[in-house]
Amino acid sequence: MDMKTNLMIIAFAPLLAAAIAGLFGRKVGRVGAHSVTILAVGVSCVLSIKVLWQFMSGEATAFNENLYSWAVFGDVAINVGFLVDSLTAVMMSVVTFVSLMVHIYTIGYMKDDPGYQRFFSYISLFTFSMLMLVMSNNFMQLFFGWEAVGLVSYLLIGFWYKKETAIFANLKAFMVNRVGDFGFLIGIAGVLYAFGSLDYAEVFERAPQVAGETIAIFGQTEWSLITVICIALFIGAMGKSAQAPLHVWLPDSMEGPTPISALIHAATMVTAGIFMVTRMSPLFEMSETALSFVMLIGAFTAFFMGLIGIVQNDIKRVIAYSTLSQLGYMTVALGVSAYSAAIFHLMTHAFFKALLFLGAGSVIIAMHHKQDMKEMGGLRKYMPITFVVMWIGSLALAGFPGTSGFFSKDVIIEATHLSDRFGAGVAYWAVLLGVFVTALYSFRLLYLTFHGKERMDNHTKEHLKESPWVVTLPLILLAIPSIIIGWMTIEPMLFGGFMNDAIVVNAANDVVKELGLYHFESPADFTIHGMMATPFFLALLGFAVATWVYLKKPGLSTTIKKRLAPVHRILMNKYGFDHFNQKYIVGGTQKLGNALWKWSDSRLIDGLIVNGSSKFIYGVSKFLRPFQSGYVFHYALVMVVGVIVLISFYLF
Amino acid sequence: MFEQSLLSVLIWLPMIGGLLLLALGQQRAGMVKFLALALSVATFLLSIPLWTQFDGGSAALQFVEKVVWIDALNIHYHLGVNGIAMPLVILTTVITVLIVLSAWRVIDKHVHQYMAAMLILEGMLIGVFSAHDALLFYLFFEAMLIPMFIIIGVWGGPNRVYATIKFFLYTFLGSVLMLIGLIYLYMQSGTWNLTELAALPLTMQQQTWLFFAFFIAFAVKIPMFPVHTWLPDAHVEAPTGGSVVLAAIMLKVGGYGFIRFSLPILPDASQEFTWLLITLSLIAVIYIGLVAIVQKDMKKLIAYSSISHMGFVTLGIFLVFMLMRTDGNSDMALTGAVIQMVSHGFISAAMFLCVGVLYDRLHTRMIRDYGGVINTMPWFGAFFVFFAMANSGLPGTSGFVGEFMVILASFQANFWIAFSAAITLILGAAYSLWMIKRVVFGSITNEAVESMQDVNSREFFILAVLAVFVLVLGVWPEPLVEVMRASVQQVIEHVSVSKVI
Repeated sequence: MDMKTNLMIIAFAPLLAAAIAGLFGRKVGRVGAHSVTILAVGVSCVLSIKVLWQFMSGEATAFNENLYSWAVFGDVAINVGFLVDSLTAVMMSVVTFVSLMVHIYTIGYMKDDPGYQRFFSYISLFTFSMLMLVMSNNFMQLFFGWEAVGLVSYLLIGFWYKKETAIFANLKAFMVNRVGDFGFLIGIAGVLYAFGSLDYAEVFERAPQVAGETIAIFGQTEWSLITVICIALFIGAMGKSAQAPLHVWLPDSMEGPTPISALIHAATMVTAGIFMVTRMSPLFEMSETALSFVMLIGAFTAFFMGLIGIVQNDIKRVIAYSTLSQLGYMTVALGVSAYSAAIFHLMTHAFFKALLFLGAGSVIIAMHHKQDMKEMGGLRKYMPITFVVMWIGSLALAGFPGTSGFFSKDVIIEATHLSDRFGAGVAYWAVLLGVFVTALYSFRLLYLTFHGKERMDNHTKEHLKESPWVVTLPLILLAIPSIIIGWMTIEPMLFGGFMNDAIVVNAANDVVKELGLYHFESPADFTIHGMMATPFFLALLGFAVATWVYLKKPGLSTTIKKRLAPVHRILMNKYGFDHFNQKYIVGGTQKLGNALWKWSDSRLIDGLIVNGSSKFIYGVSKFLRPFQSGYVFHYALVMVVGVIVLISFYLF
Repeated sequence: MFEQSLLSVLIWLPMIGGLLLLALGQQRAGMVKFLALALSVATFLLSIPLWTQFDGGSAALQFVEKVVWIDALNIHYHLGVNGIAMPLVILTTVITVLIVLSAWRVIDKHVHQYMAAMLILEGMLIGVFSAHDALLFYLFFEAMLIPMFIIIGVWGGPNRVYATIKFFLYTFLGSVLMLIGLIYLYMQSGTWNLTELAALPLTMQQQTWLFFAFFIAFAVKIPMFPVHTWLPDAHVEAPTGGSVVLAAIMLKVGGYGFIRFSLPILPDASQEFTWLLITLSLIAVIYIGLVAIVQKDMKKLIAYSSISHMGFVTLGIFLVFMLMRTDGNSDMALTGAVIQMVSHGFISAAMFLCVGVLYDRLHTRMIRDYGGVINTMPWFGAFFVFFAMANSGLPGTSGFVGEFMVILASFQANFWIAFSAAITLILGAAYSLWMIKRVVFGSITNEAVESMQDVNSREFFILAVLAVFVLVLGVWPEPLVEVMRASVQQVIEHVSVSKVI
């Protein structure tokens, strides 16, 4: 099978399956729907890993081919096509693998849901959209995939459409993403303006020509064109990858079913922004300003969103804030030109975060769809498998030496430390202190859920049991890479030049290379080195605090809460972003719309001008009407008077 | 079979057929419906050769017919389509079939007259898009007001008299000014032929006066801010079929008029007033988008959304003047404008038909009377969500294509134009999806919604056909781009040469 056929099957098999499960759901039935989608995604996954293998072993070189012309304007041809290189191959494998796990898991999680077939159709459609996004070879198709994953995310957050909070959350998610897409589209328009093409290869080839060009935006002040384009594109990434201040939709998206929180809102879709910036590295490398901007946004998100995770009681929301924070880490990595480190963390995070979400889902099944950790506790003896895998996931998240998360996070912290870009100092402190925060909320979650007193009601307690194998199997399959994938791949992915065909880094900025030369010898060495470094001690401190407060002295957290009431309130209000948006942006838009409608449309245009002119004409004709009474004697009288006036005029 | 006179057949078959239906009368309602369907389907089938036999490589007028009509005034019965008009003709024949079907069980009163009005209107619309003689164009342009007036006035809602008068006076005011302009042009040149008029040299002053005469006519039709207020009222009062034809096709006459009259005949004045047209277009996109968000009546909301979408048509058309001198992609802008017209034809038709489906069941268009419709009408809900997404410009649907092209091209003219135009991404999603949230999603809000039946096979068919068009055009617009490429190029080349004496 040649590469092209291979890629076509990878991308379109899930689409076909989605159509079958969605349009003929009633005919194929529940078993039919999950069989066909799992088969399709399974095939995609196997073929994707084969492609990845070909790149790892050096058999394959970058594939770039158009499928068809979407629209052609002179020398600007907008195509639909695939660009598959090492970066794409990694993304394809991660996406299809996590998607496959989630498909299997869903059989158990959604088994009583009336929308079973529809759910499988959506997640398969999502897989297709995400693949189109990462496999695209041009900006138009990128935007297609970008918005298509947003559409499926919208449909899935609102999957339980009777739930008022769910349909509020899905509208919010779509709208916030649209704000990001607004920037993204302007960025794409800027790319066409600057490079005269939307094709990646052509754009990257022409990138150096644009280096000195400027554009006047406010008056005569000249801005670097490439900076404007990069920041506009990154605004799109801020929406999709939930970076402050466009992060507000992600915590609310937890209203959707848990499998999609794992697939879409943790492992894949939200990393689209990270992928996009990495793909655009030839452009971003040309703008120090844009990269500093990226770094600072990421640093803010990484630290401050992690803090909110500490005060949340909903098990899924804790993990959601953790996702925000980890996406912030990836964004910081982008900002210091450590693109490969960002993708590395994206990959390890996809495994352990999907594991955490699916594990949380397993807990939620056992708890009869209660998600409040205050009502949990002591679950370890009822659900041993879930307990173990959640510990594995949390250790990876907290960066325990040797786990996958340790490698990827340490690399980001070290890379930030090495960078001398504007803002790197601040970013370094943010990602460093973030380690403490991460450990704190991770172990808090474990203790509140699996350890301590059993706080659930008796009815729930009687029914507590481990989830069925369709749920636990994906957990185990995700736990394995969560432990070992970092150790196995750090060397080839970061320091072996694996992604050199996809990522461009200026030699002066190449912190990952520097790291590889002076600070890395082998994974084992790196691990030992890591156990003597600051991040590890911070993580230990977080672990210690969590153990003390939530395991040893359960009453202490209330005392702390009271002592730090103002801080607690700020965190519970999530820094007021939601309140501000709802009151001023949503409310303001509605007020403005109403004002324009009532005053301008109804009163001014319709009332004064349109109906006003008809009233004017009515008034004039009312004045003139008596002159045409229709009575002959009136006319005769006027005539006689007229004649008399005329005659007298002539006579005298 | 009719190759020599295909356009005539397309114009006169529905018109004469419509008159025939009138003769059949209300008693034979069943037969009237089938005959109307047969006529509209026949017209559609006959229009297919326009597409298949069209020579996309040529900008020349095709399927030309020319006979002297009134010799003394040099008026000809002169028909022909180029790559811009042809898709609009086919849009008309497709939509009419769906309108006839949509009326099947809905219109009880004077069904023969309703069908006749629709078919006659179809003929006139095809006439507008294929007339190459200015006076013939004007005739169709004016005459189509009559069936539309009747459709709203007879089958409309409670406030239909106000709406029809407003509609008629607004549009009539515009077209009278155009008539004066056309007569002036005739006196200058002695011809009504559009090609000859395009070649007629005119001073800047002449062009300016004529430009505003045409501008008012087409701006009212499209409609542009600030002469748009007739449209929401007309839509609210019109029956579903009336709204569909109004939004899907009649609005396009305005955009078509700009491309066919203002640009080629008055290129210098068009260039001069580009700033005005672009400003008004952007006001349409933003201001009207904001107004759409707060509407409580679904039809009004979609009407405002139409005006906002038409802003992209005028924006794309007039961007040509900003781009052709800077070597920008002016072809992308103009093509985007035409694609936006075709796409909006499908999407607005679908949106109004969706509201029609709801209205037929509960007899209200108010958003607050609905809620949780998807619980009782899952298929309908799926369609409505799909079309709302298309309306908000989701890639993969036709709603994306035109807006994407126009926004991309506008950046080449000016950053702020692109910035303002791209705001539609936010506003379009806001008004479309907020309506969907309140109408389709949620739990069932009242007993009336509880009793609603999902779409029947006739309604399903209509919506499915539109969905296919929306998807195909969204996934693969190149065939449509290709058909109009030469004609778009010709318009741009023509307007880039000054014709001031």
